[in-house]
This record gives sequence, structure tokens and C-alpha cells, in this order.
Amino acid sequence: MLLIEQLRHSYDGTTDIAFPDWQLASGAQAVLIGPSGSGKTTLLSLVGGMLKPMHGKLLVAGQDMAALAPSAMDRFRGQTVGLVPQRLHLIASLTVAENLQLAQYLAHLPQNINRVHEVLTRLGLSEYAKRRPHQLSQGQAQRVAIARAVINRPKLLLADEPTASLDDASTEAVIGLLQREAEAVGASLLITSHDMRVKSRFALQLELKKLAGAEVAA
Amino acid sequence: MNIVKLSLRQLAARPLHTGLNVLLLSLGIATITLLMLFNAQMQDRLLSTAKGIDLVVGAKGSPLQLILSTVYHADIPPGNIPQKDADKLAKHPLVETAIPLSLGDNLLGHRIVGTTADYPALYGGKLAAGKLWSVSMEATLGANAARDARLKVGDEFASSHGLTAGGHMHDDNKYQVVGIFEPTGTVLDDLVLTDLQSVWDLHEAQTTTNTVFNPADPLAKTKADDDEEDGKPREYTALLIKYKTPLAVLALPRMINANTNMQAASPALESARLLSIVGFGLDAFRAFAVILIVSAALSVFVALYTALKERRFDLAVMRMLGSSRTRLFSAVLLEGLLLAIASAALGLFLGHAVLEWAGRLSLTPGLALTGRWWVPQEAWLALLAIGVGTFAALIPAIQAYRVEIATVLSER
Repeated sequence: MLLIEQLRHSYDGTTDIAFPDWQLASGAQAVLIGPSGSGKTTLLSLVGGMLKPMHGKLLVAGQDMAALAPSAMDRFRGQTVGLVPQRLHLIASLTVAENLQLAQYLAHLPQNINRVHEVLTRLGLSEYAKRRPHQLSQGQAQRVAIARAVINRPKLLLADEPTASLDDASTEAVIGLLQREAEAVGASLLITSHDMRVKSRFALQLELKKLAGAEVAA
Repeated sequence: MNIVKLSLRQLAARPLHTGLNVLLLSLGIATITLLMLFNAQMQDRLLSTAKGIDLVVGAKGSPLQLILSTVYHADIPPGNIPQKDADKLAKHPLVETAIPLSLGDNLLGHRIVGTTADYPALYGGKLAAGKLWSVSMEATLGANAARDARLKVGDEFASSHGLTAGGHMHDDNKYQVVGIFEPTGTVLDDLVLTDLQSVWDLHEAQTTTNTVFNPADPLAKTKADDDEEDGKPREYTALLIKYKTPLAVLALPRMINANTNMQAASPALESARLLSIVGFGLDAFRAFAVILIVSAALSVFVALYTALKERRFDLAVMRMLGSSRTRLFSAVLLEGLLLAIASAALGLFLGHAVLEWAGRLSLTPGLALTGRWWVPQEAWLALLAIGVGTFAALIPAIQAYRVEIATVLSER
């Protein structure tokens, strides 16, 4: 599913981040840990097709990411990857259901309202379908963001710091939800975290060290 | 979900901004629409009123005044011309028809015009009730005049002296309404027509003349009693002339102006002159409307630009969800386009509505305005507005095109 070899990335040619070689099998679930500034989000952006790899090799679902033209990259990202950003970024002017339909539309997939309701029901959100994001609690909004990430049945589900500022019980619930939903659509799961509570939930871990290469922890 | 729906939702999410922008842009468009329609209707009215009148012959003075007073009934005439000279001119070989007019009194501000049956024929006047006048002190009323004075066939009325309401009343000598014209949308609607003899009778204090008069052939008749009993020559206010041949334009006006005590003026030339005078005022209005549109465009630009700063997360998320750069670019451009289309529609509607309203309230006497009138330039105006709106959205759209997903999404 995921293959990283000799991958490096630099912003503005100043800070150079080198990532350890690593692989993730199809359907596997892993956590990406490391202190802030160690490149977790950068790696997630590379894997999610939001940054183009500049040096080294990166395969996602068998696709060489460096070989994709910008528009092909857009399409690949929409159809193959589901991302739950740390700040959820739901579109405020659209309802919950429309936020999900937008994900179908922007990924150039047929808009299927049944699928929208199916996902909302799975996540216990069916009664909020017509609400606007500002009418939701933080927890509900996070579930909507997860629903948006899985609606197109991605091969890879990514979540950036999903448990930051959550209490123990909520952390358990959200990790459980991500794992369950990834399994439900047959996706591999990769989340970033600096949270020890999360670390213990994943057998597979990739640990990044601050600006000094990285080492494989498991 | 599609890009149009998305853009509409984004506009609806900022009702205040969107409303203000639509209002500003549509006010500019409405102002220009109003000017174009007013201009077109005024020109049309000026031309149609002067249609069939090649030359006006009246007393010496300002040619514009002569035309305004006798063709458009909007000014006082410069004076009168002797009937004898006018009748001689009417028989000139280059003259096809000559319609005499005699002004002097009014009914509640509606001018009483002594003339012949050729005059209402000029404006296609059809009788709604009654008949044309046939003897002195009989009158046939234009539609507006009859409505304002609340007169119907068989009623009597006293005229007041002068051409505007409020003069000395000729109480001793009353007119009788014998007919009312259908509305024609021309100057005829505001006039009261009677025969030439009525005007003479009233103003020469002659109360007994009641000779049978044939409106169809006045000249034959008036020639017979050429001179008043007191020896004072009778007068017309003006003679409306239609040429027999276009060549007359070269000879007739010069002949009249040089060889007689009368003045010849061309309605076409004078109304063109009038339009060029009024045109300066319209130009100022037009400049004002252009300023409105430019400021509206600026406002659209600022609104989209600042909204974009707040919405960069939306745009980044849309890219994250698989949207290409060009799709975001078109989504933002579409917002400007939709704003402009709404403004153009509202602006055109407002322009027409205000004009229709002005017409219903008769804010412009003598010029019946209507909102149900379209000019081709309106299509260009709508295109201009849409162009302006799209142009204002261009820079924000380029900003949207350039949004970097990874950097925006990782902002804390």
C-alpha cells in the first residue's frame, strides 16, 4: 500500500527533512509519531498527494507519486486517499450531507445520496444531515470529517492528530472509530500523533526524530 | 452538488456582502437603463411628434421657440402671422398640405388649438366618442385633456386666457364638447381642438359669429371672410407645412425667411438641436452611472478578495478532496459572474420599473413614459455588467488557483 524509500523533502530549499524507509501493507493500520517539527504533517501531505515528492521514492497504492501530473494527482487524491485534517475544515456554507456530496463531486465520482446516508448512519449522524457545521459539537464535527474521508471508499485513510485535546474516553472512541471505518471500506489507516495513549493502540509505528533523520521503532 | 450550487451557497453564506454588491451594481445599471430608455423615448417622441411636418411657418423670432410652441406645445409662440400671407403660402406649388394653427387659450393647462381636421389626422387621431368640431365654439378633446377636466360629450366648459392654467376666464363664452379622441400616445392627447373661428371669436369679442365651417377645407372658407368687421386682419399662430417634393427643402425655407415677414423653421433641425442641448445633462448622468458601476466593481472585488482570505481553508479542503486548481478558479470566477447576472437582471428591472412608475404618475407632462420599451443597447449593458463582475472576480480567482493545500491545512 505504502512504500517509502530515500524520501526527502525541503521547504524553500532551507530545511531538509529525510524520512526513513518504510512500508505499510494493504489494510494495515499504523501510527506516525514524533515531536512537533519532526515532519509528521509533511510526510502525511506527501503520502496524501498534497505535496509532490522531490527526492526519493514514494508509492501509494502502487502509484509512483512523483510520476503523477498535477491534474492526475488531484484525481488520485480525491479517489484514493481520505484525509481527516487536524482542524476539521468542514465547509461552513454547506450542510453535513452536502459536505459529503461535495467530496463525491470533487473526486469526479457519481453523487450517490444513498451512500451519503449510509455513511452518516454508520457514524450515528443521520439526524444531523441537514445541519450546518456550526450547529454541531466538536465531536460530531469530527465524525462528519471522518465520514467525508471515507465516503469515496479510499484505499488509504489518513488522520492528522485526531486526538489532540481529547480526553481519554474520547481518544479511545475516535481511534476505535477510525480503525473500524478503515476496515469497513478496506482502507489502510495511517494517523499522526504525539500522544502516548494513541501509540499503545497500534502495533505498527513509524517514529520520526526532530530534524535528524528518523528511526524505525517497530 | 455542482459548481454553480457551490458558488450560490458561498454567496448566500455572506448575505450582507452579496446584497450590498448586488445593490450597488444594479443601481448603476438601473441608472444607465433609465437614461437610455428616457433618451430613446424622448427622441422617439420628438421625432414622431414632428412626423409629417416638414416646415413650420410662424412669426419671426427664435426658430427653436417656434417649433417648441407649435409642434411640441411646450413654449409660448413668438407671435402671429397674417392669415392673408399664410394662405398665399399654402397655395405655393412646393407645398403639399398646410395646416393652420391658432393658439391663445387653455383648459386647465391643456392648450386649446384652433385648427383643421388635417391636424388630428397627422397623429392618427380616432374618435372615441362624438364627432369632430364643425362650428365655432365646438371642441373635440384629446384623451388626457378630457380625463383631467372630467368632460364628456355634451358638456360645456369655459377656457382661460393664455397658454398655462390660471389665466383670465372667458366665462361669457362657453365651448361645447362634441367629441373625444382615443389615446394616441402623442401630443394630441393633451390638446383641445376647435376651429380657427372659435379663437378669433373669443379674442375679438365677437360673440355672434356662428358661421358654418368645414374643417376639411378651411382655407376655402376662411378666405371668404378674410377681414374682420373692424378691418383688423385675421391671424394664425403658425402654419404646419408638408412639402410636395423633397426639393422644396432647398427653396422654400429660404424664400420664406428672405422674402416675407414670416419665419420658417424645420422641426427636424430644431429637435436635433434640442437633443444636443439636453444631451449634456444626460452625459453628466451617464458619467455618474459609470462611477456607480466602477465603485460597485471595486466593492465586488474587495468583498471576494477579503472573503477569500477567510475561505482559504475551504479552498484548501476542496483541493484536498480532489479538486483541481482550475475548478477552484472557475468556482470563484462564477461567484463574480452570478453576482453580475443577478445585478444586471435587477438593474434592468429597476430601470424599467422606475420609468413605468414615472409614466403612471405623469411626472413628465407631454412625454408619456413607459417601462415597457426595450432598446438593443440594454443587451450590451447587461454584457458590460457581467464583464465587470467577472473582471472583479479575476484576481481573487487567481488567488484561489494558487492556494497551496499542504501549507494552508497545516496552519494552526
